[in-house]
Amino acid sequence: MKKLISAPYLLWMAVFIIVPLIMVAYFAFTTTDGAFTLDNLAAVSQYTNIFIRSIWLAAIATVICLIIAYPLALILARSDKSYQSAMLMIVMLPMWMNFLLRTYAWMTLLGNNGLINSFFSLFGLGPFKMLNTQGAVVLGMVYNYLPYMILPLYTVMEKIDISVIEAAQDLGCNSRKTLFKVIVPLSMPGIMSGITMVFVPAISTFIISRMLGGGSNLLIGDLIEMQFLGNSYNPNLGAAISLVLMVIILLIMTILNQFDEDDDRVLM
Amino acid sequence: MKKLSKAYMALVLLFLYIPIFVLIVFSFNVTKSRSVFSGFTFDWYIKLFHNELILKSLLNTIIVAVAASVAATILGTAAAIGINNMKKLPKTLVMQGTNIPIVNPEIVTGVSLMLLFVFFAARMNFEFGFVTLIIAHITFDVPYVILNIMPKFRQMNPHIYEAAQDLGCSPVSAFFKVVLPEIMPGVVSGFLMSFTFSLDDFVISYFTSGATSQTLPITIYSMTRRKISPEINALSTIIFVVVVIVLVVKNIIERKSALKKEVK
Repeated sequence: MKKLISAPYLLWMAVFIIVPLIMVAYFAFTTTDGAFTLDNLAAVSQYTNIFIRSIWLAAIATVICLIIAYPLALILARSDKSYQSAMLMIVMLPMWMNFLLRTYAWMTLLGNNGLINSFFSLFGLGPFKMLNTQGAVVLGMVYNYLPYMILPLYTVMEKIDISVIEAAQDLGCNSRKTLFKVIVPLSMPGIMSGITMVFVPAISTFIISRMLGGGSNLLIGDLIEMQFLGNSYNPNLGAAISLVLMVIILLIMTILNQFDEDDDRVLM
Repeated sequence: MKKLSKAYMALVLLFLYIPIFVLIVFSFNVTKSRSVFSGFTFDWYIKLFHNELILKSLLNTIIVAVAASVAATILGTAAAIGINNMKKLPKTLVMQGTNIPIVNPEIVTGVSLMLLFVFFAARMNFEFGFVTLIIAHITFDVPYVILNIMPKFRQMNPHIYEAAQDLGCSPVSAFFKVVLPEIMPGVVSGFLMSFTFSLDDFVISYFTSGATSQTLPITIYSMTRRKISPEINALSTIIFVVVVIVLVVKNIIERKSALKKEVK
């Protein structure tokens, strides 16, 4: 009886999680007639520049998120306990707005007649072309996914025992040494899950690149979307691109995991 | 040092909040300009409340979020009970499968479900709409329900279930009287998480909804594609205010219950 109770979910998982992924693989390796082919995967290679751009922009955004979030999480975790939950709420609050609206906000700020450019024009500068650039795409990624980096970092740092840090200082570590020898190694699980939580959505986004990058900065996500809902309807190619994207993410995550010996991830 | 960290905090908060506040300010602007504030008006809010499409998609969003999160909570709670009683190997396998929608990029989940639905739609003669959308939402919601409940089983004393049966409870009533109250916090947070994710989801809905089942995020997306409309600013302002109220209330409730615990 106890085992049977999970049967509906197991069925659900098989039909709506496992089978769809098998279908992605099936479509990637077949023609529209269902015959086996490697052409779709071969065709992915013509988009190498888009893949490289996606990996590059997502990596830059992830690094910037880490640089901004790390000190912030440290400050939060070390601040007065009675403020902490309120402070954390204020930091996380923008995340509760739909990300389309947050991205739209930057569209209006960065545009040629947007607020930033009209600020510059007060001094006779500009207008600078900021919208529809790669910089705008990275900015959009950082803005949207920064909370995903802050949260796991804060969660591990809050658990670091203050006496460990005091011990390091007693034993002669200066503050920089304490940071790199004690705090950073102890917060490694948080860094790793933060990187995953920022990098995966960043590399696969298609909204941020379309809204802030214009038509010229396509990413993998745009490419996939175009094969399924866009003008160039070709689910076989789309499935092949999705498959390659999954493999790339899996590879990068496996490489990253090498740095993280004990594998206790912090989830949300 | 204290001053430096305060300044840093302020800088990050400025970065996070300025775009939102600009949206809010310009939702009251008379003209459509995005840089010059030329006068105060509520017109965009009035237009928003007369926009059939937005109201319809708001209703759709709520229907889908409620249906999907309730179904996911029931399915996920039952699943968690079963998984908790599994042996190590099947347990690990099922948890690996459960993690797939969380780890996979959203676009891949959306596309894979779309392929499945296209396949069945052609053979069983149905169209993309509420059914496909709700199935998709349940699929990405259930893992969060399960992941919220599993730790509660680990914290629970496994013998209290047996004790309840020794004291004369049937297995079913022992479950409802003893086990369910123990895991309830996990069930509730799993439900709330599912509900908010469903309300907010764009990517997966984009690939699995039909023409009649557009949700609010999909409508917002098509609005940003067409032309700049201050109605979006008005909508953002309303959503922001609602979010602030909900979070503040939640914080107050949590603080009160924490105080109560301290008193005890």
